[in-house]
Amino acid sequence: MSAPTVLVVDDHQLFRAGVKAELDGLVEVVGDAGSVEDAVPAILAREPDVVLLDVQMPGGGGVEVIRQVLRSRPAQRFLALSVSDAAEDVIAIIRAGARGYVTKTISTPELADAVRRVADGDAVFSPRLAGFVLDAFAGSLPAQVDPELDQLTTREREVLRHIARGYMYKEIALRLGISAKTVEAHVSAVLRKLQLSNRHELSRWAVERRLVE
Amino acid sequence: MTGVSVQRAQPALRREPEGAVIGGVCAGLARRFGIPPLFFRIAFLAASVGGLGIGLYALAWLLMPGEGARGRLALRLPGGRASWQVAAGMALLVGAVLLLFRQWGIWIGDALVWPVVLAAVGAALIWRQSSPAPGHRGPAAIRLPPDALGRIALGAALVVGGGLVFLYLNDALAPARDVILAMVVILVALSLILAPFWLRLGRHLAEERGERIRSQERADIAAHLHDSVLQTLALMQKRADDPRAVAGLARRQERELRAWLSGGRPPGSEATLAAALEAAAAEVEADHGVPVDVVAVGDAPLDTGAEALVAAAREALVNAAKFAGGPISVYAEATPGHLQVFVRDRGPGFDPDAVPDDRRGLRESIVGRMARHGGRATVHTGAGAGTEIELTLEAR
Repeated sequence: MSAPTVLVVDDHQLFRAGVKAELDGLVEVVGDAGSVEDAVPAILAREPDVVLLDVQMPGGGGVEVIRQVLRSRPAQRFLALSVSDAAEDVIAIIRAGARGYVTKTISTPELADAVRRVADGDAVFSPRLAGFVLDAFAGSLPAQVDPELDQLTTREREVLRHIARGYMYKEIALRLGISAKTVEAHVSAVLRKLQLSNRHELSRWAVERRLVE
Repeated sequence: MTGVSVQRAQPALRREPEGAVIGGVCAGLARRFGIPPLFFRIAFLAASVGGLGIGLYALAWLLMPGEGARGRLALRLPGGRASWQVAAGMALLVGAVLLLFRQWGIWIGDALVWPVVLAAVGAALIWRQSSPAPGHRGPAAIRLPPDALGRIALGAALVVGGGLVFLYLNDALAPARDVILAMVVILVALSLILAPFWLRLGRHLAEERGERIRSQERADIAAHLHDSVLQTLALMQKRADDPRAVAGLARRQERELRAWLSGGRPPGSEATLAAALEAAAAEVEADHGVPVDVVAVGDAPLDTGAEALVAAAREALVNAAKFAGGPISVYAEATPGHLQVFVRDRGPGFDPDAVPDDRRGLRESIVGRMARHGGRATVHTGAGAGTEIELTLEAR
């Protein structure tokens, strides 16, 4: 398989240069952009497999980029990359449509691996994101919920806990006695629930970030 | 997770020029209480039959600040020709109402009412001038444009004239025994003239105080950045040849800055399990130069059991940092009655049975400590698979 194409969107020029240098040879960086206005046309023109997207930027941030791009290119895949630890930022960008979230301190091989997984259509959860999701789906549920969307299965919870504990997908598969593909399927299912669920905590975060009216 | 309900602040009581029929009083009241302005308008009209409503309305107009206006005492009329038209209209209205009252016999006496009306008009002219356009600052605002000076002179003349007319009508000008009364009237007139300037001076002082507080805050932030971030950056440049030290410095600074940005608890006041684990991780990270990531789901108060749990986790962290190196993952899960902490490294792993007896770390500080507090510690390890210490504590 050829290396996936990547476009880097970040308002820090130094960081963009660093990521490009780091990923050189591991994936194909086809371009970069430093603002929301530059990013949208660049993504639509280059059609990269994956957009590496900074969460916090002036003019709406990564969430705004995702919204504008998905309008004309619904299949575009995004991987959020951030220094932010705030749960609402992370949940907001995932609910907007990003397929994963990693922190900027991630090591180069792990970042390249994450890009490849997102390019393949899988979801990428950092330990911290897994923690946020477990937190958001914890606790009692209001009366009328859709258990399909508003609750995690025991298996999904178990997979997330392992991610939060620092295990890689392969190690999780080994420990739970399932295939790596099944682990990925569980994570993708969690991502879908995260994006579609109406759970109170998620809705609150979404409202606060003005994702829904 | 605690639900935060944001209470909407009620809108302040202000006149509303946008929805105004006369002065925006009813629109302002309606906005404040969330009732259609029509009700207030009908109420004022009804009250006006006895004359009371008009007085109340005028009073409300004077006392309610306009939308975004600075002074509540100032009648803020539109500038230019319209201003004079409105003023003339107001004068005619007030005159008509006064004549009406006089006709009805609700009247104190010509000798008092007319001078007071005269003085009030003069005062209104001056008060209006005393609300300067935004942007005027400091002593420069004391100097007024020429047309404003003219208005103030006219206002002052009206106030003094009103006072003199009052004195004349009460036969108080000629007799010397009424000098005291004259003094009082003049003092009242003077305070009417000077009060706006004093008010403005007070306002400027308040503004300056606000500005001082802001610059103080800026200075605090600058001082903090200097003590922390700039110092760390300098250290990093000095030790650029030691990547491990540089990474350690960067991580420590990152932690410190994050804590500060999030409203910063001072160190040593960690009252919850998650905060205490974070603090322990930060310490181990600083002491051993190994990155430690903490993920916590839920939280619990730091009672004796939780304290023991943190101490055991800290010991596990130190072991991992010494024998495995980084990175180390800490995962804590707190549900009612059940606390669990995982400490995981990616080192070579070890055989727990092969640990010599004189190494008390694992046996005493982790397994023994957990057992004493009614919990348990499990070690998952194997050659090449890293090590994970699982600490569990059930509430008794």
